[in-house]
Amino acid sequence: MKYVDEFRDGELAKVLAASIARNVDPARSYHLMEFCGGHTHAISRYGLNDFLPPAVHMVHGPGCPVCVLPIGRIDLAIQLALERGAILCSYGDTLRVPASNGLSLLKAKARGGNIRMVYSSADALKIARDNPQREVVFFAIGFETTTPPTALAIRQAHAEGMKNFSVLCNHVLTPAAINHILASPEVRQYGTVPLDGFIGPAHVSTVIGSRPYEGFAAGYRKPVVICGFEPLDVMQAILMLVRQLNQGRAEVENEFTRAVTRDGNLKAQALVAEVFETRDSFEWRGLGEVPSSALQIRAAFADFDAERRYGLSYAPVPDNPACECGAILRGLKKPQDCKIFGTACTPENPMGSCMVSSEGACAAHYTYGRYKDIEGVTA
Amino acid sequence: MSEIKKGYVRPLDIKHGRVDMSHGSGGRAMAQLIEELFLPAFDNVFLRQGNDGALLPPLPEEAGRMVVATDAHVVAPLFFPGGDIGCLSVHGTINDVAVMGAKPLYLAASFVLEEGFPLADLQRIVVSMAAAARAAGVPIVTGDTKVVERGKGDGVFIATTGIGWVPHCVELSGDRARPGDALLLSGCIGDHGMAIMSQRESLAFDAPIESDTAALHELIASMLACGADIRCLRDPTRGWLATTLNEIARQSQVGMMLDEAAIPVKPAVDAACEFLGLDPLYVANEGKLVAVCAASDAERLLAAMRAHPLGRAAAIIGSVHADPHQFVQMKTRFGGRRIVDWLTGEQLPRIC
Repeated sequence: MKYVDEFRDGELAKVLAASIARNVDPARSYHLMEFCGGHTHAISRYGLNDFLPPAVHMVHGPGCPVCVLPIGRIDLAIQLALERGAILCSYGDTLRVPASNGLSLLKAKARGGNIRMVYSSADALKIARDNPQREVVFFAIGFETTTPPTALAIRQAHAEGMKNFSVLCNHVLTPAAINHILASPEVRQYGTVPLDGFIGPAHVSTVIGSRPYEGFAAGYRKPVVICGFEPLDVMQAILMLVRQLNQGRAEVENEFTRAVTRDGNLKAQALVAEVFETRDSFEWRGLGEVPSSALQIRAAFADFDAERRYGLSYAPVPDNPACECGAILRGLKKPQDCKIFGTACTPENPMGSCMVSSEGACAAHYTYGRYKDIEGVTA
Repeated sequence: MSEIKKGYVRPLDIKHGRVDMSHGSGGRAMAQLIEELFLPAFDNVFLRQGNDGALLPPLPEEAGRMVVATDAHVVAPLFFPGGDIGCLSVHGTINDVAVMGAKPLYLAASFVLEEGFPLADLQRIVVSMAAAARAAGVPIVTGDTKVVERGKGDGVFIATTGIGWVPHCVELSGDRARPGDALLLSGCIGDHGMAIMSQRESLAFDAPIESDTAALHELIASMLACGADIRCLRDPTRGWLATTLNEIARQSQVGMMLDEAAIPVKPAVDAACEFLGLDPLYVANEGKLVAVCAASDAERLLAAMRAHPLGRAAAIIGSVHADPHQFVQMKTRFGGRRIVDWLTGEQLPRIC
């Protein structure tokens, strides 16, 4: 497959692995957080840990949109589908996220909710056009990557004067989350989460550019390498981070130059700014309330805001006490440290959100790497 | 199947007509549907007996044992590149019988039709089914038709049951894989699933991908005839390669190691999966099989498979080893190692 296979070349991987091994100082450790679920998935799916020297530790970050979605937000969506009779549209993985009362969107569908999986916000608009007598709500989730298409759908609905379409907005912001992690007491005070550098988002950065990371790279003295989602991208970024750390640098570097510029996609940014504004605060699963970390729909587009339209009020719901998703999302714990990992919590019956999406740290480890937890399992 | 007097009913309007509730009521309308649409297509001596069931001839003395398999088909869309629900319902059940090492002999078919379904579409499906059965040499000897109200079906559901016989000398079972055995695959994976997906309304993309739906019994016959020590055959349909291998690993209490680079995937299927965020290891096929055989016979079996048109792209894709945890692992093309797990729920696209 052209433009893909080049970034999955096993021979090049060996060359990069050798280079990483040469550059790593065995006397020290390198704790690198891959912020995005896309990186977590690539690391697990291609078995990248097999290429890394023991001094390099990958810490999974909270950049999986499904994983950070709090239970209360899914409850709102289920409420719209089951109690308000709306057709609720959302992206694939969202359907399986566990909500209150043993429900998920998939289970609410089995109970008669009209819930549709869509591939894009445009599909949700089409469903609204095809069902003029029904209320259609697009349950919008994701980081900066999926925000511009949602903005476009709202603007389109506005232009067409659609009366039956609205958006339940859960879009969140990457830099705010990274800042929150760096400012957390575990990282700053106690040092319980050693974090030496970041593998920065790929797709998110195509929209926001590399500039937004410059502040905290300098402020917290942590190097960031913006990195594509292919396995060779990740290895190259690890090498770049190792070099920065060895040289005592803390800069924003861009490995993903084929798609990311310093300024990002200005047109998309303008579109987002036209439709959305920053929320004062938003609850993230695992991170709790994070100020200025999410978007809401501007008053000019209030008709398309499901929260206003249905007078929804958000009620936080605590996670299952046995679930360690919170600590895992902050890099405090690993999936295998959780008591219910692989026992009560499996991809078939996820208790926590990290087990839902294949980008979630728990699901990725369960699906691709759990044999590594067992002594003596080899070929 | 009941007789009705000819001449006092107007012929079915297959071009414009639609299925209505009377077609499942057991009355004249149903008899007419059977007589004018099903019988001419499926025609054989057993159906012509006109009874509720088919009276079959005795099996030859040396026949061995009977095999029976059943499969319900609920595919949407009903017509897809490379096939339709009709031929699929014949191939699927023939393959389930054949992977037991059996020669498929007869099929039975049940139709659940939705009120309002165009008779022209039904005829297209029935003709395709009849052609597939005839090509495979396996007659449809008995059947049933029911009609459900509009909105309670999805056009047409077809359940088929097949019976066949397997000689005493052939012993294939999922619990016979042993450490050291070789894993073989008869061709490229993911074709059927991606052909279906390319037609779904919300996705609809242009890709030169056709379903691989095919009856595998002749390929299997030539594999059995080559004398290789085959432990087990499976035709992985839903949940595909990944789930099928996990089933065998569990039944035989062994582990497996696959070589990703050896698993054949057509470039168009690979690209479509990449685009949609799906893993071809979990995408359906309808005309492929997995074989487990003794390592020393692997090359011989591979040659036999490749000599058959349905096995031309066959490959040795991995091996069986001892593992009390029964993990199916894979050496990735990239050079790392990972688990190939059971499919979880439905394969849903990732968001990012």
